[in-house]
Amino acid sequence: MSKDAFKNTELIQASLKKRYARERRFQLFGKLAVLLGFVFLFILLFDIVSKGTPAFTQKQLQIAVDFDPDKLGVDASASAEQLRQANFNAVIKSSLRDMFPEVTSRGDKKRLYRLVSIGAEYALRDRVIEDPSLIGQRKDFWLLAHSEAAGYLKGQISRELPEVERKVKDIQMDWLDQLRDKGLTKSSFNTLFFLEGDSREPELAGIRAALQGSFFTLVVTFLLAFPIGVFAAVYLEEFAPRNRITDLIEININNLAAVPSIVFGLLGLAVFINFFELPRSAPLVGGIVLSLMTLPTIIITSRASIQAVSPSIREAALGVGASKIQTVFHHVLPVAMPGILTGSIIGMAQALGESAPLLMIGMVAFIMEVPGGVTDPSTVLPVQIFLWADSPERGFTEKTSAAIMVLMGFLIVMNALAIYLRRRFEVK
Amino acid sequence: MSTADANAHGAVPDEAVGLDVQDHVDVAHYETIGEPYVDNAKMSARNVNVYYADKQAIMDVSLDIGENEVLSMIGPSGCGKSTFLRSLNRMNDIIPICEVKGDIRLDGEDIYGSDQDTVLLRARVGMVFQKPNPFPKTIYENVAYGPRIHGLAHSKAEMDEIVETSLRRASLWDEVKDVLEQPGTGLSGGQQQRLCIARAIAVSPEVILMDEPCSALDPIATARIEELIDELKERFTIAIVTHSMQQAARVSQRTAYFHLGKLIEVGDTKQIFTMPRHELTENYITGRFG
Repeated sequence: MSKDAFKNTELIQASLKKRYARERRFQLFGKLAVLLGFVFLFILLFDIVSKGTPAFTQKQLQIAVDFDPDKLGVDASASAEQLRQANFNAVIKSSLRDMFPEVTSRGDKKRLYRLVSIGAEYALRDRVIEDPSLIGQRKDFWLLAHSEAAGYLKGQISRELPEVERKVKDIQMDWLDQLRDKGLTKSSFNTLFFLEGDSREPELAGIRAALQGSFFTLVVTFLLAFPIGVFAAVYLEEFAPRNRITDLIEININNLAAVPSIVFGLLGLAVFINFFELPRSAPLVGGIVLSLMTLPTIIITSRASIQAVSPSIREAALGVGASKIQTVFHHVLPVAMPGILTGSIIGMAQALGESAPLLMIGMVAFIMEVPGGVTDPSTVLPVQIFLWADSPERGFTEKTSAAIMVLMGFLIVMNALAIYLRRRFEVK
Repeated sequence: MSTADANAHGAVPDEAVGLDVQDHVDVAHYETIGEPYVDNAKMSARNVNVYYADKQAIMDVSLDIGENEVLSMIGPSGCGKSTFLRSLNRMNDIIPICEVKGDIRLDGEDIYGSDQDTVLLRARVGMVFQKPNPFPKTIYENVAYGPRIHGLAHSKAEMDEIVETSLRRASLWDEVKDVLEQPGTGLSGGQQQRLCIARAIAVSPEVILMDEPCSALDPIATARIEELIDELKERFTIAIVTHSMQQAARVSQRTAYFHLGKLIEVGDTKQIFTMPRHELTENYITGRFG
């Protein structure tokens, strides 16, 4: 007996080494997997942040603008309406020529004009409408640089590159160097990026329209998906009889969660736009489509959290004579709320990042105006990213990354909100 | 005394009645020993059968609960005593596969009748559960909830009074009067169970059902609950399921012994514990099995 026991100990000892080695191997693989994940995440974030950060600054050039009434085609007594028609482009061009008198050839002049954004024209116009006494004067103004010029000033384009492969030519680089040496260039925070809608010119393009579009879309999604989802979950979980029909509904809801999102886009196009004739490209339709997409997520997570509520609370409520509805609304739902909210916010975050179904209902259109309501044509952040990523201009590369940063910022805020709500409701 | 009586209530006499079998009762033929009926019955059950899907959990049980008495139900695990208790305020309704057959009356009114409202029934027949289950709300809210949903208080002052009286009757007032706004789940196990009793009596039920109310509590908390039950019987009719025979002996006037879904023996607590007449009862209370 004791001999056997001795033998067992030896056997166990012999196997121990093997077991520990296996454990160490497993831990090593686990650590490697985590490390790999972190490396990829870091590369992704580094790439986006390093590409996107320059988009948050804009470059301006100081130009001595000569408001020559002849070039403008109007004089100081002109009405606002006439001023709107005035030729500010000519003023900027002549002012640039004055600064670089050595430029004579037609091609070089064209290149010179390309240093300044076409947005400068409208900025000057607004200033003059504000203060018509500027006409006839000569005054220094900070004008927005063209995106290509700004790209050089930000150091994104170098002279090393052969001239034919870049849009900023050597001669433009020389002018910009001169301006920089004289202290006539400056960087400032790119407020336009947050205040303006999309534009063909990278230096003028902003994400305000997409942000507002996303906001309206999400509001519609939330207002539809949250109540419908929660009530569907409550009904299915608490009131529905268990029979073949409810089983069928349950299977279908679970399958719906796995339907590719673009299919919801097709449905939105066929039903809401073609049949109900709701406006195209509008956050209203986008929100409805996304709420269809989010509903299964909300229903499934809500049902899970309602199921997780301890039956003893239900019994307690029924035991003092609460009706079924009172039990559900006074006791079950408050306890299930953190889970329901977390699920809903995760669903909303999914909706915020969704682009495919929105392409189908026309939210991919080029829209400059910031939408004012749910029926105005608009686009959303991920679609805006898609559009900019598709644009050939170099200036849009940084815009793309910057828009991704904004989108991720929103996702982080939403997830933080989910965590906060969860903690807050759980304390009680 | 009771053989004829019990026969009249459905048990069929037979030569094969297995009363002398120690660990087995003949399913088809058995009769309850003792006196299941009382004159001043508050609740009365007749020929109650309860099924969970195909499985029969309660077999042909007839039993009365007298006014202002404490009736304890004892028996080994799985004997159906909790199931029977939960049939008395239709708590079994929430279990979809559960089906109750037979006749259960409260003050002569059929509680399974088609016109019986379960909300009203549960307001009249309150319940305290095995595990303390206060709502995750404040202590005040826990007690005030029942009266509020039934509209028993017409003003804040009235509600305060109901809460205070209920907590006093549950002998919890002195411990919680300063922390009424704290969550009820923060109390100790014994306090939580007394809070649940306060919650049950706040709606002034006529009957209180207690399902092993002390099984999750330590001996001191148990002693307090037992004292409380003794005081509560002045006002309420109480049916208590317990695993502790000492507890049954201490708090109840009558005791019913269940075995495998059947009511084996019922009688005065003193008699059951000193002179059990059925062999199964004797085996159980002497600790030979169960």
